[in-house]
Amino acid sequence: MNTAVGITAAAKTYPNGTRALEPVNLTVRQGEFVTLLGPSGCGKSTLLKMVAGLLAPSEGAIALWGAPVEQAERSGHRLSFVFQEATLMPWARVQTNVRLPLDLAGTPRAAADARVADALKLVGLEKFAGNLPRELSGGMQMRVSIARGLVTEPTLLLMDEPFGALDEITRNRLDSDLLELWQRKKLTVIFVTHSIYEAVYLSTRVVVMAARPGRVVDEVAIDEPYPRDAAFRVSTAFSGYAKRLQDSLLRASAATNNNADDTALA
Amino acid sequence: MSAPVPLLQQPRVQRVFYPALVAVLLLGLWQGLVVLLEIPPFLVPSPVRVAQVMVSDAGLLFGALVNTLKITLFAFLCAVVLGVLIAFTFVQSRLIETALFPYAVLLQVTPIVAIAPLIIIWFKDPTLSLVMCATIVALFPVIANTTLGLRSVNPGLMSYFQLNHASRWQVLLRLRIPSALPYFFGGLRISSGLALIGAVVAEFVAGTGGTGTGLAYQILQAGYQLNIPRMFAALVLITVTGVLLFAVMAVLSKWALGGWHESEVTHD
Repeated sequence: MNTAVGITAAAKTYPNGTRALEPVNLTVRQGEFVTLLGPSGCGKSTLLKMVAGLLAPSEGAIALWGAPVEQAERSGHRLSFVFQEATLMPWARVQTNVRLPLDLAGTPRAAADARVADALKLVGLEKFAGNLPRELSGGMQMRVSIARGLVTEPTLLLMDEPFGALDEITRNRLDSDLLELWQRKKLTVIFVTHSIYEAVYLSTRVVVMAARPGRVVDEVAIDEPYPRDAAFRVSTAFSGYAKRLQDSLLRASAATNNNADDTALA
Repeated sequence: MSAPVPLLQQPRVQRVFYPALVAVLLLGLWQGLVVLLEIPPFLVPSPVRVAQVMVSDAGLLFGALVNTLKITLFAFLCAVVLGVLIAFTFVQSRLIETALFPYAVLLQVTPIVAIAPLIIIWFKDPTLSLVMCATIVALFPVIANTTLGLRSVNPGLMSYFQLNHASRWQVLLRLRIPSALPYFFGGLRISSGLALIGAVVAEFVAGTGGTGTGLAYQILQAGYQLNIPRMFAALVLITVTGVLLFAVMAVLSKWALGGWHESEVTHD
């Protein structure tokens, strides 16, 4: 399997001196579904934004398909980023929102419209192409955002807590849909979440992170076959993995608290 | 099949009916008091008298209205064009805005009555000087609101545009301008009224205007001649014009933002 993302000792210190992320080494292979799991402040979003090229690492390096981030798309690969909020243009109809990345790249209108129709079909919103975002529910807006992410036919999909603001029932639904898309489109996904259950359900591999300072503390492979259905969510294997991740998170946060005590005493 | 809602319980009818009822009651009260107490028309003219003057002096009054309206609309247009250009300059860099914004404020806080005589002396053409005065009055809301609007871009969408390597031009056309529209139209509503106020105030200061005099000059003249009914008639015309301008801006704003912006979405 080819390496899609290679992160070598990448760290981030903000200009004001805040250390957001200790050096991280991580390799994501083509076709993997890797989840970054951790509490807020663990640097998981920072790491994802560095992979996207939205932030530059202050140390170390990140390569996409063997090339530096800013040159990665020359190799014919594309990455898409899906934010925590739908971040749609409120004045534009659903189809215009989905077409945005194609418009920005200068794709001819007819070709773009055909791809928009396909992307909307993938997320089951073909009937809502002419609606404005405010006429849709939160879950549907998130689907539009995903369609916008898929319309460029990306090979790498980066998702920053995309379903964090949705209710659990909608989130579970979108999680299964996402898995199906990942398999069908042979995507590589890096997914950020603070939900243990979402991480276990989705991932081929979970990277556990901890806060203060932001760092990677554990890596757990979820060796369960796909497609994963609702039965998987209540299986003993599922709770085994969930327990394993929870222990790992608790250990890390206990270590952080001890460190804090040490500093306080010193 | 639902029973038809009685006419007076429909919100649309209510919005027109109740204010109109208040107007009729007040006018009736006014007319009654003037007739009963036998108040002479050079102190307080009755509404009927004002209406009569409006008809008998129609040529004079509406001619003046057209002149005032010309100044107002021309000044409003200048204020919008200049204001938008200045706002675009401001958002190019923080440095430009920091350097120039105090002077925009200066323009706003200096009373137009105080600078109007200067402008009228410097620019001999009365129409030009009146338009300049009214433009100065109407300019600031357009600058302030459009600048604010062009900066009020959703940061998430901004990141998304960056991620897709959008050019500065694409960001301006597809993101900054649409985001600024609600603020821009808010500025227009304030500014249209100010242009009218500016036009009237400037004409008061200019006093004798020779040919092409406006409503303010009619008020001054009527005052000198103690022709109070004509003064009231001119005042009514100014007020109605202001309300109409505001209504036109409201319709324009609804047409441009209807459907997507919270301020213009109707919740019926």
